[in-house]
Amino acid sequence: MILQGLTFYAFAAIAVAAAVMVVSARNPVHSVLFLIVTFFTTAGLFVLIGAEFLAMVLVVVYVGAVAVLFMFVVMMLDINFVEMREGFLQYMPIGVLVGIILLVELLMVLGTASMSPAVMASGTEPIPDLTQRQNTAALGDVLYTKYIYLFQTAGMILLVAMIGAIVLTLRQRPGVRKQNIATQLARRREDAVELKKVQPGQGV
Amino acid sequence: MMAFLEIGLGHYLALAAVVFTIGVFGIFLNRKNVIIILMSIELMLLAVNINLIAFSAYLHDLVGQIFALFVLTVAAGEAAIGLAIIVVYFRNRGTIAVEDINLMKG
Repeated sequence: MILQGLTFYAFAAIAVAAAVMVVSARNPVHSVLFLIVTFFTTAGLFVLIGAEFLAMVLVVVYVGAVAVLFMFVVMMLDINFVEMREGFLQYMPIGVLVGIILLVELLMVLGTASMSPAVMASGTEPIPDLTQRQNTAALGDVLYTKYIYLFQTAGMILLVAMIGAIVLTLRQRPGVRKQNIATQLARRREDAVELKKVQPGQGV
Repeated sequence: MMAFLEIGLGHYLALAAVVFTIGVFGIFLNRKNVIIILMSIELMLLAVNINLIAFSAYLHDLVGQIFALFVLTVAAGEAAIGLAIIVVYFRNRGTIAVEDINLMKG
């Protein structure tokens, strides 16, 4: 229990510190790297709480795909990031004010809220014992039966996002020579080669 | 004496609240850089996921984890589309500063 507490505090501290660095780092590349740290430590917290599958999904999807996508875009765009930093201090006071108000409100709600025992006992899909059924298998049991339509919809959303991203970024540039395989294959000898009768001493 | 080492629902919710606040704070702080704003939105979605999973674990209900999975899916799609829009915008206008994005302002 003590080890669990210490692990939670260590991971939470790292996650919060990295999250602060994400929004305050000078270089956006550093921001992305700190975002990866935040996702990793949060995945650790998910393992600690017993949500193993989501921890792994977080690492695979966020660290493996989303963060790399961010890194890709940050490095691909030729942006003057020093210029981007102008106005950083200008918005600092209002940002701090809004942040503190929001945090105090959230923590006040947290401090006064309490869970009724009836709610605690009335889960629709109780989590099975981890020694009896793994988290991944238990999640699959529910996801592929009761929530199959939502699961399909999630797949559809990803498909639409993929097609949308491709359609948005695709462009036909004029004046670029491309290989046209159909034209190449349709070429016949008669179109390409012309035989001429050349008289001696006259040239073509 | 070791009472603070007993991790409960409140600890996770407090962590989620802090991360969410940092996300909001990041949007205010980086008013010019759209990429950092997108990262702040990812942080806020992560805080939501922490909340969902903490409630799921402490209420012994799997539905919270399933919902977190869907939030994750939508967040991935949102990041892909958002970054694609940024790339297209940069290609057309040569900048991604937020205050220059005012084409649709009357």
